[in-house]
Amino acid sequence: MSSKRFVLTFPPELTSEPITYNLIKQYDIMINILNAEISPGEIGHLVLEMSAPTKVLRQAMDYIKQHNVDCVPLEKKIHYQHDKCIHCGSCTAVCFAGALTMGHTTNELHFNAEKCVVCELCLKACPLKLFSIDISE
Amino acid sequence: MSKTKSIEEINEKIRTGKAVVLTAGEVSAMGKEMSPADVLKKVDVVTTATFGPMCSSGAFINFGHTEPPMRMERITLNNVPVFGGIAAVDAYIGATEVAMPHDIYGGAHVIEDLIAGKDVLLQATAKGTDCYPRTEVKTLINKNSVNEFIMFNPRNAYQNYNVAVNTTSKIKYTYMGTLLPALGNANFSTSGELSPLLNDPELRTIGIGTRIFLGGAQGYVAWNGTQFNTGKPVNAHGIPIGNSATLSVIGDAKQMSTRFIKAAYFEKYGVTMFVGIGIPIPVIDEDMAHRVMIRNSQIETNVIDYGSGNSELLGKVNYKTLFSGEMILNGKKIRTAPLSSIKVAKEIAQILREEIISGRFLLTEPVALFSKTTGLNKCEIRI
Repeated sequence: MSSKRFVLTFPPELTSEPITYNLIKQYDIMINILNAEISPGEIGHLVLEMSAPTKVLRQAMDYIKQHNVDCVPLEKKIHYQHDKCIHCGSCTAVCFAGALTMGHTTNELHFNAEKCVVCELCLKACPLKLFSIDISE
Repeated sequence: MSKTKSIEEINEKIRTGKAVVLTAGEVSAMGKEMSPADVLKKVDVVTTATFGPMCSSGAFINFGHTEPPMRMERITLNNVPVFGGIAAVDAYIGATEVAMPHDIYGGAHVIEDLIAGKDVLLQATAKGTDCYPRTEVKTLINKNSVNEFIMFNPRNAYQNYNVAVNTTSKIKYTYMGTLLPALGNANFSTSGELSPLLNDPELRTIGIGTRIFLGGAQGYVAWNGTQFNTGKPVNAHGIPIGNSATLSVIGDAKQMSTRFIKAAYFEKYGVTMFVGIGIPIPVIDEDMAHRVMIRNSQIETNVIDYGSGNSELLGKVNYKTLFSGEMILNGKKIRTAPLSSIKVAKEIAQILREEIISGRFLLTEPVALFSKTTGLNKCEIRI
């Protein structure tokens, strides 16, 4: 069993295929929707955590891609300019998911992309604006 | 009678390479096993530091005269207005100044760009006078082209500060960072046991003229900071609870580094500047030894509701708890988050330590000490 987070990008014309339903029903994947942004006629985004045996996840990826939906692991979509960070900790204030934490002995910021739920609060909370989430490409 | 050391004795030890200089963090750790008398005997200087957002900051700049000369009146740098209501080519860049209310580039960014050695666009207009006939200028300046570039911050290095929380049901964007609704987080902004004025809470060794580390260069304490308040209640360890003393500091911005002066933007609040300050505390007697041994568990501050608009006091907390990552308030476990960088503060304390050990940084006796009976006035609405 493995659990991974993905960003799914839907083309505007895809409305008939119930992708999420099929992932659950046909592939028996446990799905947790973390973030969704869907408007008629526009590119849609869905951030999902999918839990299933690795083989099943691979089959599901093939299914998603067949329908022209882009599916990228979440960590590849989050950019954090580590080299410019002053380790102030302001971003940890808003990270209720626990992806951003301060190291007690290092006093450095630790970013665990696997815990990120793409709430985007850190984009605003960082006083140096070092975070960006690129789910619009 | 207990032993005392003069600043001159300590400086002599520094000159001869015999001084023992430790960071405040190291002395706090030693304090668990040693007595103040032992610390006085073993340690001569303790280096303290902070690197946090300090809005009340800025820099004076003298552009040099143009040909023909001009009395610059309305002045901008990279389109950010700077204060030109002083002599012909002098100006003051306020760290929080912006051109338009929601801009995320402001005075602090201009200061950082200048420190980085970048060219900055100077534009100014004037009415023109007989002695200053020019009425317009547009050119590029940088820190090497101007005469003086002097950082002068009216209020820095707050001795202790409130913890900010939000009891309302809406997210609040404040100068204390983003506050999640329903006590979703608690933000604090002091370097605790490393903080300069918490290691000399009665300001016995820090006063006007004290040489300090400012933004990567040697600077000085110019005066007490604005909103200097000695009237706050003091806890059992002699630490004022909540916002109290402050420092006004000055130094040559041309010598500073962007590692220790950093422009910042707080969402929906505005532009501010992270300022790196380090202050050496001479261990002159047992009382000062006792002071520099202060630990995070002994430093307390107030928890204030920044969401409701009436600054309600919700409780007290110590910095050991704040640095642990969570605290309990009204029976609820809340995540705590710092706004000031302990990593960079530790780096400053270490640099200052090395500067002193190498003899490049000597300690100073204050020219004058600060008032011990200062309170705060409110701005009454009288019309």
